[in-house]
Amino acid sequence: MTTRGAAMTGRPLTTFDFMGKRLIAAGVSVVLVVASVVAVVFVGINRGLDFTGGALVEFGFAQAVDPEVVRGILVAEGFENGVVQIYGAETDILVRMPPVEGVDQSDLGAQIAGVLQGSFDDVELRRSEFVGPTVGEELTEKGGLALLVALGAVMLYIMWRFTGKFGVGAVTALIHDVLLVVGAFAIFQWTFNLPELAALLAVIGYSLNDTIVVSDRIRENFRSVRRGTPVEIINYSLNQTLGRTLVTSLTTLLVLGALLFAGGEQVSGFATALAIGVVVGTYSSIYVAANVLLAMGISKQDLALPDKEDANP
Amino acid sequence: MTSNRRSGDTGRGTGVGLAGFGFGGSRAGPRPRVSPWRIIVLAMVVVIGGIYAAPNLFPPDFALQVTVDNSPRTFDNYLLEELAEVLDEGGVPVIAKDRIPEGGLLRVADAEAQLRGSALLRDYLNPPGEERQFVVALNLASTTPEWLKGIGGEPMALGLDLKGGAHFVLQVDMEEALAKRLTDEVEKIKDMLREERVRYRSTANAVQGETIRMGFVTGQLRDRAYAVIEDEFREPDYLLAEADVDGRPGFEITVQEAKIDEIESNAIEQNLTGLRNRINQLGVAEPLVQKLGGSRIVIDLPGVQDAADAKRKINKFANLEFRLEAAADDRPSEIDDWVYEGRPVQLNRRVILTGDRVVHAAQGRDPENGLPQVDIKLDSQGGDMFHDATSPNIGRRMAVIFIEHKPIVTVEEVDGERVERHSSRADKRVISLATIRAALGYTFRITGLTVREAQELAFLLRAGALAAPMYIVEERTVGATLGEENIERGMLAVGAGLVLVLIFMAFYYKVFGLVADVALTLNLVILVAVMSLLGATLTLPGIAGIVLTVGMAVDANVLIFSRIREELKTRPPAQAIQAGYDRAFLTIMDANVTTLFVALILLTIGSGPVAGFAITLSIGIVTSMFTAIFGSRVVVDLIYGGRRVERVLI
Repeated sequence: MTTRGAAMTGRPLTTFDFMGKRLIAAGVSVVLVVASVVAVVFVGINRGLDFTGGALVEFGFAQAVDPEVVRGILVAEGFENGVVQIYGAETDILVRMPPVEGVDQSDLGAQIAGVLQGSFDDVELRRSEFVGPTVGEELTEKGGLALLVALGAVMLYIMWRFTGKFGVGAVTALIHDVLLVVGAFAIFQWTFNLPELAALLAVIGYSLNDTIVVSDRIRENFRSVRRGTPVEIINYSLNQTLGRTLVTSLTTLLVLGALLFAGGEQVSGFATALAIGVVVGTYSSIYVAANVLLAMGISKQDLALPDKEDANP
Repeated sequence: MTSNRRSGDTGRGTGVGLAGFGFGGSRAGPRPRVSPWRIIVLAMVVVIGGIYAAPNLFPPDFALQVTVDNSPRTFDNYLLEELAEVLDEGGVPVIAKDRIPEGGLLRVADAEAQLRGSALLRDYLNPPGEERQFVVALNLASTTPEWLKGIGGEPMALGLDLKGGAHFVLQVDMEEALAKRLTDEVEKIKDMLREERVRYRSTANAVQGETIRMGFVTGQLRDRAYAVIEDEFREPDYLLAEADVDGRPGFEITVQEAKIDEIESNAIEQNLTGLRNRINQLGVAEPLVQKLGGSRIVIDLPGVQDAADAKRKINKFANLEFRLEAAADDRPSEIDDWVYEGRPVQLNRRVILTGDRVVHAAQGRDPENGLPQVDIKLDSQGGDMFHDATSPNIGRRMAVIFIEHKPIVTVEEVDGERVERHSSRADKRVISLATIRAALGYTFRITGLTVREAQELAFLLRAGALAAPMYIVEERTVGATLGEENIERGMLAVGAGLVLVLIFMAFYYKVFGLVADVALTLNLVILVAVMSLLGATLTLPGIAGIVLTVGMAVDANVLIFSRIREELKTRPPAQAIQAGYDRAFLTIMDANVTTLFVALILLTIGSGPVAGFAITLSIGIVTSMFTAIFGSRVVVDLIYGGRRVERVLI
């Protein structure tokens, strides 16, 4: 792709035949969406403390520790259901306890801390969290509701912004993106907490924004370009917007990379979710939204009526 | 605007490229000159943004905050001098000292000095074995220059995940609040009936859910009782009706919805007040105690490292009950069994008074034998009640019962679903049984406690009773080290992300890229200024929001610049710039409106971490529109405006 030269000539940045590969892309999308749905339904999302309730304690040790050793000590003391893992650095250990039957839960973190501080020298309690199951359930409900409201509100906006086939294309792209991000979390069993939910909602905003820019250009070109098949016009539009799409995705990915590598463990899930969302969102604005338009047989007649923005093309 | 667009040409045409730059004369179009007003507006925003963002550049000092607790001594400049000397002599140099309302603030060099200093001051101010006289708390003191403070400049507040501390969410047990209130009402009814000499049948469970039921031996007694209480328990608060109670004539009082709401909201208000008192006793600088929804209370204790201790003090409530020893003519139903000093005693069930009437409680020592005691002062109504109850009973013995509630949350599985069971363990024991020698009044003392019990009882009585038990439903504690690490990592992420984007934009868009860089940097300054002015709290997810804003804010400029590049093929530079800005505007609005939508929905989830992200993202979106569209335009016009432009570097 010769981006520089193309820009100087004022042509589309590239003349890449996007739509020529649309059947392959459609296949890839379908496979990924199905895989995501299957993973979410049959494997499930690894919901974190915020949604399940339970206790979580993070410790800093003076030197590297084997999580297995820590687990052994905890099991010996009767904490059998704990998940013990390295968190970020080798000297950091995270202990997660699911809600335990018949136990006073709010003291769990302190109890675990007591056990470990008795077994190791120099253990620092870095963080301790407890979320009651009721709060967890409420957050799950609220979070799910927020996701639905966000999707609903954004769809209303799309319906107001576009009509007919463009709206269907944008909504399809949006659902595609959300499913793939959630699917990735289910497939890789990454912990899904409140910050990841926030990231998912941000993906909705981001994905839509990309789709709108591309769809706007397609609509504009369908009205102003007199020759050419729908496939050609869409290709032309995609090539025109490609520069912007790539640059914005790239700058966003740059900062997300910075967040992933410098921001520490606590924001890594958030950064990962958003990064996947940005990549998928960029892809879907090209291959999902536009593909749906072609699949529905978009033609100039669809846009024959003058519109308030471009009344006189 | 679209009249000179080439249509239908999707192939590689000729006559484009740099040709557009050669047009002169009429095709040169309007040359955008920079209006001085636009420069003034931009300059003002830069200056104001810079001023209000500036306080964040001054790192706060570590400080010790001393306030008066139970000392007869007032906090004056002499005491401040004295404390500074204590610290200096103890090897903790004081950088600066200031007076604050009812206390003082002493700044020291670092976190370690702060810890050592607080130990020094505690030892100096509060002699062991006596009631605490002063509260010594760790705090961070703002170093914002006076002139900045004078115009309202303050740094952003840091969330607990950045400065360490403990966060609790407490659920107020509303069923218990209602039951407690109705039990009080039953006592009131009994008092009224006794006064009118209407005999009622005692039942252990007069309160059931939202109803009070009382039975009588005859229908005639019931009718008299009905007449006595009719005025007090009427609609709309209560529904009074005749009913059969255990096969006997009686009545039933049902609390109505509005009254239940009132009882519940009173309960939460009373618990809030009680909690605030307790937390003030903890000695935490700038605590936060707030209602959260209908039945929850959120507490933030910055800097608190020993969450267990804080929890014990916050969530425990103790009370007292004063009851008479059973007399020979008491009916068996009025009596229950207790143990005092290893021997069984029988007490009358009727509670003369509870700790709710205590207005002041102080731990002290009996001047004669040096044993610990608690001096108690009652409010006027309590004093009257106490006097009325004790004066006819001189010579009888009165018991003081110490009740300690410890709420317990356990999780059980019911039909495959996890549910929380709230229970509270009430440890009740008789702490003293003494003969009433004279009618008691507003002030008296309680003995028979250990030093620690006396301290705790005084603390809990003084802190105020809670209307209902509370359970911790959420708790998050962040250590100070992790907080500092989070700040460092967050700042590194913002810095690295910013530099990467700045470099990329400069390479990709040349001069225009540098303009976008200026706009982006300015956006960050304004974002920080707005957050500081709004008093928003910066959290780790908030920093993530800032990082994301840095990446997405350039989108507006990218849209504008790619449009300008396109327009350059058909128009001279000046026109292309104008058209680029104009035509990209709608798309930018679109892009930002969608993200803003989602950010606002996130805000409504309302929970701490997500809200922090949503706030920074929303503010960042709005400020980026200003800097990317208006700000960058002014700079571009300053560079290219008002003269004939042959070529632009984009």
